[in-house]
Amino acid sequence: MGWLLEARDITKSFSGIRVLNGVSLTVQSGEVHALVGENGAGKSTLMKILAGLHAPDSGALLLDGQPVHFRNAHAALKAGIAMISQELMPFPHLTVAENVFMGQEPVSSFGWINRPALKRQTEELLAQLGVSLSPASRMRDLRVSEMQTVEILKALAHRAKLIIMDEPTSALSDREAEALFRILQDLRQRGTAVIYISHKLEEVFRLADRVTVLRDGGLVATQDLADTTPEMLITLMVGRSLNPRSLPTPQRTGQPSLSVCGLGKTGRFENVSFDVHPGEILGIAGLMGAGRTDVLNAIYGLHPADAGEIRVEDHPVTVAKPRDALRAGIGLVSEDRKQFGFVPWLGVKQNMTLASLRRWCHLGRIDHDAENRAVEDQVQAFGIRSAGNDQPVVRLSGGNQQKVVLARSLLAEPKILLLDEPTRGIDIAAKAEVHELIARLAETGKAIVLVSSELPELLSLSHRLLVLSEGRLTAELDPQRTSQEEILKFAMPR
Amino acid sequence: MPPAPAHSTPAKSTRAWNHWFARFGLAFALLVVGATLALLQPQFLTAANLLNVARQISINGILAVGVTYVLLTGGVDLSLGSLVALTGVVAATFAHPGDWPVIVPITVGVLCGAACGAVNGLVITQGRIAPFIVTLGMMTAARGLALVVSHGRPVSNLSEPFVALGGNVAGFPVQILVLLAIAGVSGLFLANTRPGRYLYAVGGNEEASRAAGLNVPAIKTFAYTVSGALAGLAGVLLAARITTGQPNAGVAYELDAIAAAVIGGTSLSGGVGGIAGTLLGALLMGVINNGLDLLNVSSYYQQIIKGVIIIGAVWLDRRQRN
Repeated sequence: MGWLLEARDITKSFSGIRVLNGVSLTVQSGEVHALVGENGAGKSTLMKILAGLHAPDSGALLLDGQPVHFRNAHAALKAGIAMISQELMPFPHLTVAENVFMGQEPVSSFGWINRPALKRQTEELLAQLGVSLSPASRMRDLRVSEMQTVEILKALAHRAKLIIMDEPTSALSDREAEALFRILQDLRQRGTAVIYISHKLEEVFRLADRVTVLRDGGLVATQDLADTTPEMLITLMVGRSLNPRSLPTPQRTGQPSLSVCGLGKTGRFENVSFDVHPGEILGIAGLMGAGRTDVLNAIYGLHPADAGEIRVEDHPVTVAKPRDALRAGIGLVSEDRKQFGFVPWLGVKQNMTLASLRRWCHLGRIDHDAENRAVEDQVQAFGIRSAGNDQPVVRLSGGNQQKVVLARSLLAEPKILLLDEPTRGIDIAAKAEVHELIARLAETGKAIVLVSSELPELLSLSHRLLVLSEGRLTAELDPQRTSQEEILKFAMPR
Repeated sequence: MPPAPAHSTPAKSTRAWNHWFARFGLAFALLVVGATLALLQPQFLTAANLLNVARQISINGILAVGVTYVLLTGGVDLSLGSLVALTGVVAATFAHPGDWPVIVPITVGVLCGAACGAVNGLVITQGRIAPFIVTLGMMTAARGLALVVSHGRPVSNLSEPFVALGGNVAGFPVQILVLLAIAGVSGLFLANTRPGRYLYAVGGNEEASRAAGLNVPAIKTFAYTVSGALAGLAGVLLAARITTGQPNAGVAYELDAIAAAVIGGTSLSGGVGGIAGTLLGALLMGVINNGLDLLNVSSYYQQIIKGVIIIGAVWLDRRQRN
């Protein structure tokens, strides 16, 4: 039987880190094919390769049995593969019709855009899908669900044979999601294939014909959903192997270093409360978009909360900006290293001392010798490999960049350390070093809040584990007695 | 500093060359241009001519040092030329013979520039308006204010000590000595103080700087204030040199100042650059101008050549960075 699309042995690395390892995928016309896996399993990368946004390092793509090489997303679109990503990227100031036909507008003589035809063709597409939307509406006035519909229309206007949807219902209400499902049924009947990425297993079982599971950049299985149960799927997603756990040292006595009470931020998270004691590592698990990063950023003042209370060693603190948090003894290592972590063209030294430069100043003058000594100590302690302490951080590998960012937080001598995905995008060896370091920091009495998408990491490092789902705490678990399956159960939106 | 491990010999030598070029390329270009001019026109290398070059670049040099502070933060200051006129006129009104001691017009001129710069900075940071727009507005408004203060006429009849600022001390023009002092202090400031370091950080990554606890608005406002104060100093020196406060002086000076900084390797997107480069950039522009004058190249062609140099310098800079 001929596949519409076949991906064979796709491999892809980013700056030396392998994110896809010989993954194969087949899709046939008129099929809804679900793609599932934990965060970081490689789903998005694989889809970006299919849609021409990334080129694979090795492996082959076959469309209708013919090998294809897409140079960019437009080439993939012309060949019939459209991707609707999580972040919709419409042209906000243009109309629905202009967005739908962007790049292939009907033209009359002289190359002028034929506006009546543009409007008519858009109306035809809208009618085919049974959607009521005005072709003349400005994109910026639409709701997210409507923008998504416009993206689907755009795919249809390009006669897409395969539409890739990445978490399409993550920003939709139930009613809007129902409308989307009807459209999907309709697409299936017309013979359009859909690859559907979702964390919501209920949707997967309801919509999809087959499912492919990825884990750690590798293919785990592709099977018919008719032969699969949700429990089987979760087991396939998390795998059975569990990392050996380090020895737990829970010390929950005395007053907490940090306590958060009823913290909330409209539209992001609500009523989040927890304590962290000196020497304790508190893990927070949750899926993408559950609000984990938002909570940490609120405590650190990057995006302050609008409800609730933060107390440090039993004193209430007001955190309106990161400087307030630093003064109170709170440090953050952000998951977005590039945006919040380092200044790319400044050197290792300058980045490392940025938050604590005052310590090496006398009478307004930087004591370069003292600064260099402090930096050299950190470089040794972290094993940072660079061409010198003045080398721009942008030139370092991801792992070394992350160590610089960690070292900077530590030089500011925080009592409380918020770590957001501290091992994202760094190689295995560096990961183990960072794990070791986190455990050591806790032993020295720092209170640590650890957010990670990697459950084995959370299970082996945390003393206690909170689960966040759709902006709310849904469980507090003992890492000794829980399982990845149980965590996922609490993390799944319901 | 050894280059990072390279994959092959050509890549390694390219990298070594890039490193060398980034450090000494501009000084090398200056030497080549200077040597060429000396060969073509012996008059170039005379002490009198070299002093002349130095005097010609000193106003632009002071402005370029000031705008370097702003460019490092990732901003831009288009108001410098108008501030030169405004502060020159304001200083001149305090510099009539017998009115005030000479320190008063100098101080008033510098403070006036600093105040305008502080307004730029505050509007940019508090109003969250693009630096290009705010300083463009200040450029127009300050020019208007200069005309208001002077009633549209040059302010002349200036005191002896004030006019002496445009002359020489121990054989060196005062404005050159001022430029050297300003550049020296600025170089030390950027390398050795916290605010100096922070200027680079804010321009390199504003979000990360905020996350590291820096007071980003204060740092930016500081940069514009310095830039304005140095424009004030340049305005005072220019008024002394031409013995009048000219409300129409300094048109487009900001562009030459930005050009000098950019030729000197300061990035318009912020976070990269320095005073030494800016000084060399101003010097290179001055030497080429002077040389072309000596070679009797028409000033029309000179402008074309200057334009090509500005773009070429940035192109080379960009190329070696990537």
